[in-house]
Amino acid sequence: MRSFFGYLSLALLTLVSPVLSQEIVLGLSKDKIGITALFDGSDILIFGAVKHGETLGDTPPLEVAITVASPLAPVTVRRKEKRLGIWVNVDSVTVDLAPNFYAVATTGPFSDVVSKVEDLRYKISVPQMIRLVSAPVDVDDPTVFAEAVSRIRENLGLYQTLPNAVVLQDDTLFSSSVRLPANLVEGEYTARIFLTRSGKVIATHQTSIDVRKVGIERWLYNLAHEHPVYYGLMSLAIAIFAGWAAAAVFRLVRGA
Amino acid sequence: MGLSGVMYIYLPIAEVSVNAFILLGLGGLVGVLSGMFGVGGGFLMTPLLFFIGIPPAVAVATEANQIVAASFSGVLAHLKRKNVDFKMGGVLLIGGLIGAGLGVFIFNYLKSMGQVDLLVKLCYVVFLGIVGGLMFIESLGALRNANKSNVLIKKRSKRTWIHVLPLKMRFRVSGLYISAIPPVLVGILVGILAAIMGVGGGFIMVPAMIYLLGMPTRVVVGTSLFQIIFVTAFTTMLHATTNFTVDIVLAVLLLVGGVIGAQFGTMIGSKLKAEQLRILLAAMVLLVCGKLAFDLVIQPSELFSLGKVSGH
Repeated sequence: MRSFFGYLSLALLTLVSPVLSQEIVLGLSKDKIGITALFDGSDILIFGAVKHGETLGDTPPLEVAITVASPLAPVTVRRKEKRLGIWVNVDSVTVDLAPNFYAVATTGPFSDVVSKVEDLRYKISVPQMIRLVSAPVDVDDPTVFAEAVSRIRENLGLYQTLPNAVVLQDDTLFSSSVRLPANLVEGEYTARIFLTRSGKVIATHQTSIDVRKVGIERWLYNLAHEHPVYYGLMSLAIAIFAGWAAAAVFRLVRGA
Repeated sequence: MGLSGVMYIYLPIAEVSVNAFILLGLGGLVGVLSGMFGVGGGFLMTPLLFFIGIPPAVAVATEANQIVAASFSGVLAHLKRKNVDFKMGGVLLIGGLIGAGLGVFIFNYLKSMGQVDLLVKLCYVVFLGIVGGLMFIESLGALRNANKSNVLIKKRSKRTWIHVLPLKMRFRVSGLYISAIPPVLVGILVGILAAIMGVGGGFIMVPAMIYLLGMPTRVVVGTSLFQIIFVTAFTTMLHATTNFTVDIVLAVLLLVGGVIGAQFGTMIGSKLKAEQLRILLAAMVLLVCGKLAFDLVIQPSELFSLGKVSGH
């Protein structure tokens, strides 16, 4: 926390963006996350300040909503039904776009901070992030499939709704910590900040967080996808060497 | 990155983070069993990987790679004792490669339909059920007759349909003069299973070689290992190039545990009687089979599952 104000002053210099009459100045504890071999998740501190362009009158209190989202990707959702005594995947629906990871933190209960209308407009809550555009004709209840995406990912800790998780001091300084779990996908993550008053968004700010496999993870993943033949041969070579080494060690142990 | 007692390893291909000690432990456990019972252990390892949350496609492909190592290690010992019938191995291998190709084709087709998990699990339930059941009955019988020396092994002097097929070949090391068709068919069946189930297939091949082809027990294990190396290597390459699902980090962790475990297993195995060993193995096979069958029959707590859209 000591470096908080260091970051803040840096942020003040670089990240000022004029929006409405209030401005948000934002900082992140890190804007790059490397997935290494020992990666087991990462905490990211999002903090900033509100620059007031007008004098504070008798206005309703300021609230803050912070979201962190992974890149959006289509997802196939399958539903099991009992057929011949066993549970089998029967129906499937492709959800056009959904983030693999999504966290939304707010200063109070979500519905107090962001009104329904504003949520629809800015797409802030978890259900708003799951886009089911081309509903299939052969399934009568496609929304159930979209709900399944949010339920399953919530249970995996990938979707997080965090009320009262943003601290706002003196209507000016805000901060929140979001836990990124170990099972992350790569890509350009987006952090969004919404400043609201009586549920209405009065200012927004957006920045990106780069999540990448690094080091040997990066190398192996690239090799496996770009040169699968070499990767396969390398895997076999490692296996055969390990097999030979094991036999050699056995001989030594037994011979001794 | 907390390293508080547990060490998490991020698997680059499976894209999940798992406790490295669980993987080493699983490798060790299956290694102990394979050392005790002289089996490959793929048929136990792959379902255990499902249970800890490795995606089935990755589990199957990675296990194929690990079996290459285990079989290579095993065959070296048999080569020394000249217990490998290369000609028979070669004929089995022709079938094995055809079978592995077919198996990966079926696997990929069902994967695109979202049914691959079901296929893999059903194969396990059926084959573990059959093999475990037969072994259990047979070893119970053997345990009862343990003190009497009337071992009921029928000699292979009987002429069956095997001996009237064309394309006869002489297999000197096995002392056989039989048609090449049955070994090729056995090879195909085992190849398909290897590709779909992520196993070497020794548990099907060894009985088939003894009872169907009439090979002497002495050369059966070495020859089957010899053939398994190439079939699983081929399967590994097919999975690596079509599905990108071979996770080398996972394979190495399992290997390390397996190599150490096998040492202990061999020591334990030499202290137990053959009948006791087989009944234990049978019980374990049936246990895994029962767990998989139970999961298929009972209503899952989550009816929905998520998958990548194919051709991302």
